[in-house]
Amino acid sequence: MLARIATFAVDGVDARRVWVEADIRQGLPAFTVVGLADKAVREARERVRAAMINSGYEFPLRRITVNLAPAYLRKVGPAFDLPLAVALLVASYQLEPEHVDDCAVIGELSLTGAVRAVRGALAVAEGARRAELKRLVLPRAVAREAALVPDIDIVGIESLQQLVETVRGDHAPPAMPDEPPEHGEEDAELSDVRGHNGLIPGLEVAAAGGHNLFLQGPPGTGKTMIARRLPSILPPLSREEALEVTRIQSIAGLRGAAAGLVTTRPFRAPHHTISAAGLVGGGNPPQPGEATLAHRGVLFLDELSEFARPSLESLRQPLEDGRVTIVRGQQVMAFPTSFMLVAASNPCPCGLGDARCQCAPGDILRHRRRLSGPLLDRMDILMRVERPPSDALRRQVAPKSATVRERVVAARERQLHRLHGQPETCNAQLTSLQLRELGRVKPAALQLLGELYDLHTLSARGHTRILRVARTVADLDGCETVEPDHVSVAASLRFDDARELAEAA
Amino acid sequence: MSACDDCLRRTDLIAAMSGHLQVEFKRRSAPGNVLALPDEILLEIADAPAVRTRYAAFDPHAARARATEVALTVICRCDSAYPTRLSDLEDPPAVIHVLGDPSTLQHEDALAVVGARRASSYGLEVARALGRALSAAGVTVVSGLALGVDSAAHAGALKAKGPTIGVLAGSAHVAYPARGWLLHQAVAQRGAVISELPPGAACQRWCFIARNRIIAALGAATIVVQATRNSGSLTTADFAAELGRAVGAVPGLVTSSLSAGTHGLIQQGAPLIRNPADALELLANITGRQYKAQPPAPQLTKKLRQLLEAIEAGKGTLGELATTPADARLALVALDELERLGLIRRGFGGRWERTAGVRS
Repeated sequence: MLARIATFAVDGVDARRVWVEADIRQGLPAFTVVGLADKAVREARERVRAAMINSGYEFPLRRITVNLAPAYLRKVGPAFDLPLAVALLVASYQLEPEHVDDCAVIGELSLTGAVRAVRGALAVAEGARRAELKRLVLPRAVAREAALVPDIDIVGIESLQQLVETVRGDHAPPAMPDEPPEHGEEDAELSDVRGHNGLIPGLEVAAAGGHNLFLQGPPGTGKTMIARRLPSILPPLSREEALEVTRIQSIAGLRGAAAGLVTTRPFRAPHHTISAAGLVGGGNPPQPGEATLAHRGVLFLDELSEFARPSLESLRQPLEDGRVTIVRGQQVMAFPTSFMLVAASNPCPCGLGDARCQCAPGDILRHRRRLSGPLLDRMDILMRVERPPSDALRRQVAPKSATVRERVVAARERQLHRLHGQPETCNAQLTSLQLRELGRVKPAALQLLGELYDLHTLSARGHTRILRVARTVADLDGCETVEPDHVSVAASLRFDDARELAEAA
Repeated sequence: MSACDDCLRRTDLIAAMSGHLQVEFKRRSAPGNVLALPDEILLEIADAPAVRTRYAAFDPHAARARATEVALTVICRCDSAYPTRLSDLEDPPAVIHVLGDPSTLQHEDALAVVGARRASSYGLEVARALGRALSAAGVTVVSGLALGVDSAAHAGALKAKGPTIGVLAGSAHVAYPARGWLLHQAVAQRGAVISELPPGAACQRWCFIARNRIIAALGAATIVVQATRNSGSLTTADFAAELGRAVGAVPGLVTSSLSAGTHGLIQQGAPLIRNPADALELLANITGRQYKAQPPAPQLTKKLRQLLEAIEAGKGTLGELATTPADARLALVALDELERLGLIRRGFGGRWERTAGVRS
């Protein structure tokens, strides 16, 4: 007999429907899987055989052909075990076909018949809902995550036997796993930062406008500590953003079992030896990279000068477009990458970067040249971080994250209000045209900007960058128009890479 | 403006025996002893048939054509357009090759600003400020287009309106060092880039020393910004002293080897150059002319003055300049004001630094 079961294959950050078709007919015992299946899927034959027998079902000793359709889509991983087993049960008359009508099945089988967790449950549930299926059967461990999607009946099961009994209606579906305990991964708190109060306005501006931030300073002065606290002052994730982040983390396998919706903004700090594929995604089949894992959060590149040039260059498209397209063989995949970039670097090879620095001018030039390029062109804010003196360490305590976040949220709301009906969500994404049309820049502020443009020999991009940051400064002040004062602040925070004609070395 | 056949021939001879001269320089120690020698003796020194043949078969028209091809003007010491200052040398270059405007060379108000190639950010800043202020006062800045102080002085001069002269050791139309081609171009456009050697001549080590004598001669005085004890810039100062021209020196940290040369000069009685006003005063004493002073120091509010004083005291980051977020917010505005007044600049590694330009 022929049986057909719906399941889903994770493709990029989405799930696509796949039909598992099983056909059993007379002939010598054989078990063939066709339909662009990778090794893990073909190994499913052994797991399914053992799991069926160990769960007390009969494994048909006839000629079995399984097809995974559509055949052009590459199927990867062990998540096809369970639908395969169900298809065989139906095809061998051990389960009625109507029990699995309008139902998608996904899960990995162990030889004992137990069901193991799979990645990407949220994406699968969303796919099932899009395909207008009524029910999704999947491992109980990830049921809570799938249950974030409304209008679909989520059945979490722990073994093949339990699945059969549940779909037959012998038992009520097993209960959802318990709410996970409030996990301890609280955001780092801004008030842990001591002795860096002077940097708070700059951080606030960066967070409020989503501006890329460059921290420069000697080693051990707190650049990383500050960067880690940025997610805590960014606005909380909206429901849609949280779903997006959860889906990505689930597909990447970053989520612990039974975890629900992600509530904190991601913070990713890849090591500087990372490859371009690791940073923006790649591999075969394409996997999301750090840029995608930092989607809606912060991507922190510590020791920027140590990153390989190709890796940094690969960040251009993600930074510009908010997504990255990966082409591998016949597959084309788009991963979302809208993140705030925070970079940190030593000012010179020795790291001191002040009067004590003994680096030769040539070394400094080389160091700066490693930093320069298209990436620095997208840095909106530069702040120098210095070792705080001991009394500042004792006395200066940064404000609480919640206090700063309140101001940031208010500023973001102004931006959203202004950008109503546009795809952009924060000032950092504004084009110069939008700034002109919506920015409400006072003529006096524009005049000041013109003065700065001549004085600092800014590039056109540098000009726009200052204006963007100035708009955010005004938003933080609760000011509808951009005043000269705001431009001044933005100018003092600017990342200025315009070299003197003879920046001699 | 032209060059006579004899002078061109001599220049060609020097270019042809450039390698022999390197040896001779070592033997006779002072360049004047070599470059002042007549052609016949130079030919004997070379003692090579190839040089003699080339000397005998020299074609002045071809030499002129070669120079014109790369847009160089040739002026010999017999010509009236030859800079009078260069004639003070006991071994003036027979011909100078000029890229740019030759009339720049006649300016009376010219100061040489030279210094270390591996200068510190302080040295670069001072050189830049000197170049800019001198240029703004209408003084021609003469230097060697080398990395470090030289380039910074030229770049500073280009920021204001005055002309500037770059003296090269090799051909005037080829940027040296190559990475300074942008500056080379800009200097040739604003003033002139000159050299003693004709296009295509091989550049030996002695050429750089010989170049320094031209720098020293073209400036009414020479200012050394940073120099180690054995710096080539000190030879420029020596040449200037031999010519009876004044030599000024910019002080530096006593702990830095880059100050050893300049402090040595000061010890020997060179006037102290702390700012452009000192340099202009030095020049005024020589030429007897008045140079328009610096733009008056702007009146600062108390807040700006305090901030400026903090930066002068070596504080250069927001963390060092403000203790509360509110303070920092105000400081950001004030910093931009100070920067626009030209009193501070965002320097090395993102720190704010006091500029060497305007005094408050």
